Amino acid sequence: MKKMKKLIYTCLLAFLPLLASAQFDGEFIKPRTGKFLLQNATVVTVTKGNIENASVLIDAGKIIAVGQNIADTDAEVIDCSGHFIYPGMFDGGSRLGLVEVNSLAETQDYAEIGQVTPNMQALVAINPNSVAIPVTRVSGVTTTLALPSGGIFPGTAALINLNGYTPDQMYAGFKGVVLNFPSSARRSTWDRRSDEDIKKEADQAQKTLNEIWGRAETYYQLQQANAELQYYPEMEQLAKVLAGELPLLVEVNAATDILSAIDWIQSKNVKAILTGVAEGWRVADKIAEAELPVITGPMLSIPTRQSDRYDASYTNPGKMAKAGVKVVIRSNDAENTRNLPFNAGFAAAYGMGKEEALKAITINAAEVFGIADEMGSIEQGKKATLFVATGDPFETKTQIRHVFIDGYRVPMSNRHIKLYQEFLERSPGLEKN
Amino acid sequence: MKNLKIIISGFLVLGTMLANAQTPKGSVLIKNATVLTVTQGDLEATDVLVENGIIKKIGKNLNANNIEVIDASGKYLMPGIIDAHSHVALDAVNEATAPITAEVRMADVVNPYDIGLYRALAGGVTISHAMHGSANAIGGQNITLKHRYGTFSPEDLYMKEAPRTIKFALGENPTRVHGRGNGIQPRTRMGVDAVIRNGFNEALQYKKAWSNYENALNQRGSNPVPPKYDSRLETLVDILDGNIIIHCHSYRADEIYALINTCREFGISNIVFSHVNEGFKVAPELAEYTMGASVFADWWAYKFEVYYSTAYNAAILMENGVITSINSDSGELIRHLYHEAGKAQRYGELDDQQTLALITINPAKQLGIADKVGSIEEGKQADLVIFNEHPLSVYAIPQMTFVDGVKYFDINDDPDDMRLKVSASEALEPIYLKEHEHRCMHGVDFFFTNFGRNLFNHTH
Repeated sequence: MKKMKKLIYTCLLAFLPLLASAQFDGEFIKPRTGKFLLQNATVVTVTKGNIENASVLIDAGKIIAVGQNIADTDAEVIDCSGHFIYPGMFDGGSRLGLVEVNSLAETQDYAEIGQVTPNMQALVAINPNSVAIPVTRVSGVTTTLALPSGGIFPGTAALINLNGYTPDQMYAGFKGVVLNFPSSARRSTWDRRSDEDIKKEADQAQKTLNEIWGRAETYYQLQQANAELQYYPEMEQLAKVLAGELPLLVEVNAATDILSAIDWIQSKNVKAILTGVAEGWRVADKIAEAELPVITGPMLSIPTRQSDRYDASYTNPGKMAKAGVKVVIRSNDAENTRNLPFNAGFAAAYGMGKEEALKAITINAAEVFGIADEMGSIEQGKKATLFVATGDPFETKTQIRHVFIDGYRVPMSNRHIKLYQEFLERSPGLEKN
Repeated sequence: MKNLKIIISGFLVLGTMLANAQTPKGSVLIKNATVLTVTQGDLEATDVLVENGIIKKIGKNLNANNIEVIDASGKYLMPGIIDAHSHVALDAVNEATAPITAEVRMADVVNPYDIGLYRALAGGVTISHAMHGSANAIGGQNITLKHRYGTFSPEDLYMKEAPRTIKFALGENPTRVHGRGNGIQPRTRMGVDAVIRNGFNEALQYKKAWSNYENALNQRGSNPVPPKYDSRLETLVDILDGNIIIHCHSYRADEIYALINTCREFGISNIVFSHVNEGFKVAPELAEYTMGASVFADWWAYKFEVYYSTAYNAAILMENGVITSINSDSGELIRHLYHEAGKAQRYGELDDQQTLALITINPAKQLGIADKVGSIEEGKQADLVIFNEHPLSVYAIPQMTFVDGVKYFDINDDPDDMRLKVSASEALEPIYLKEHEHRCMHGVDFFFTNFGRNLFNHTH
């Protein structure tokens, strides 16, 4: 009898692992790296034209071969017949990862208290497990500039890839200090300040900006002279801009403000990128002349003035590109950063053309962020950050089939898709038995 | 005396003319378009003849004398887009003074000068449902507008044939404004349900009081005192009698289900749920008991009650047989509803017909005007849009937009400034960096501000 008991317990023990695993249904799919051969696709390299019936070989995070007749016996083969391979799309400005639920202050990590907080690091506040990240990346948007906002110097933006479990795993190699240039525009149609108040605030902001910058210059000079300096993290960060280590991301939108910003940037002799630039089309030649790159968007926004043509925001990037400005497109969104390709599509339709619009969210972005040797196109040696689509990714009906980020094949799933799977045919339906 | 007669008859003629004052009706022949009828399939290289604001004939080789002929070869003709949830051309949105304000009417605050109307036309939208905001459990009465831009008279914008509709609102907005803002019911979803039930029951009592009074009047010798007239309860009675369609701002499945139950209990079936981000969770119930759901294509996570949303909502609802439309609730989105609808093809792979229905015949059904607009059929009102490419393509650009056969937008005749009125009070034209995108909480934004900063990027 005792033996029998022992036998039963032994059996139960042996089955325990089975019982344990049986508690969960279905398999969890994780991002995985390895060697992949994406076969028989049209490869849209962006920098070197389109290659038909071509393959892309990925190993250990990198693209190791692109072209026709590539074979590899150990690679996992993914048939892409009839499909297109594009480099991952860059969003040049987003709050993705810095906020979870827009209206809940507890989840807003993009705006710190204070006017001068350039030392606030967006990268620190990135939540790698934000629900919106997998929602975004299945669209082929693989890389976003996480943008702090708020005061005059709200913080330091960081470029991230949308895969990884720590900010450092996500970091894509670019940072920039955000400057909200003093604005003569209204923040929104809810902004009911008088014209005088707006001007007063803008003048005050300009004065503050110049004062701060003067201090930063002094700090930098003292730093250069190896002076012993008190702990001053704000100045420490601005000194990096003066040293040319970090560029300024100058947020500016109204035409007159853009001209003032150009003058200011030139007088301070700093490396800068203009962002926002909603009225860029009004002064496109001046921006081109100043050779300042621009990150603009969203296209899907209303014209800045009632008297503007209805399509002013759709045509803005095309007009700037035609004037010779290097244009990058952004969504300026958070949870709907996935709409970036549609913004690019509208830019394309309204004068920019498909090719330029595609560059604006791939190679142009990589160049502006100084990482074009690693990203922004499909070329041998670059990082395997790319996606496979059934067609033109700007087209609304196109399906994105596979996404690779740094060589990781990311699961084509997220909460939106799981809810679809659960509720398309709900059980029980209307009646319960 | 004779003079007086002439003067009087003159006034009579003038009066009759004023009474019959008509909005413009146009005639036009659109030739050789790919006609996307929505209800009767796509017709290649087909002509559409419009006479006096009505689609007279659809066919091949049509001819007409003395009217404009438009060659639409290689282009697409679709019904005017209908937005079932908008706040365009409204000077006020929320009467946030009580949880029930059924007596107020958006028709009283229509602003025909709003440039938003022209921008909507440039996006192919010919009809919008201008709604009260979402501050109150039972808000004001909405007005269905036809975008006859250029008129100075608000009345010219009314779609007079459209049935009456009213705004209801559930969840975070009414509980924030009244419960947390004013310290009165409702503060919870229980409270919202109770406020609506109380309103309906009070209306039933009111109705009974009036019918008692009317019965008493018919009795010989009685001299009853009439009940006090109450336009709020009067409106609620009209809802209970099925004369007003409810359009209810809602997000979560639980609150949607609760209102479905309340409506069933009171015998109300004229109800459309709006936004309905979690509608997909109660799709079978929505299909069975309501006039459907009017949703966003992909908005989510702008507040907690939309955190558990999915962009596949429209597709799930459609596949479950719910009458589904896609609305804007925004002066920005209204300009590209064709693109918003197209997203139901990215998320759920609906076919072209189903997808176009989301912004044409389905919103028309929800507004009770599907017998007049929403598809290209002979006898329907000639609200039409010509696109250069298939309207569900991201590259599609609206070329011309017609309301009642009159062309209100033409991309080739589109001067820089299309405003009807320039503000005399603005020394400099203001520059707006963005519209507040979701206008449902317009007028009660002070409930959303903190530390002098608007905490809401999306306050819908």
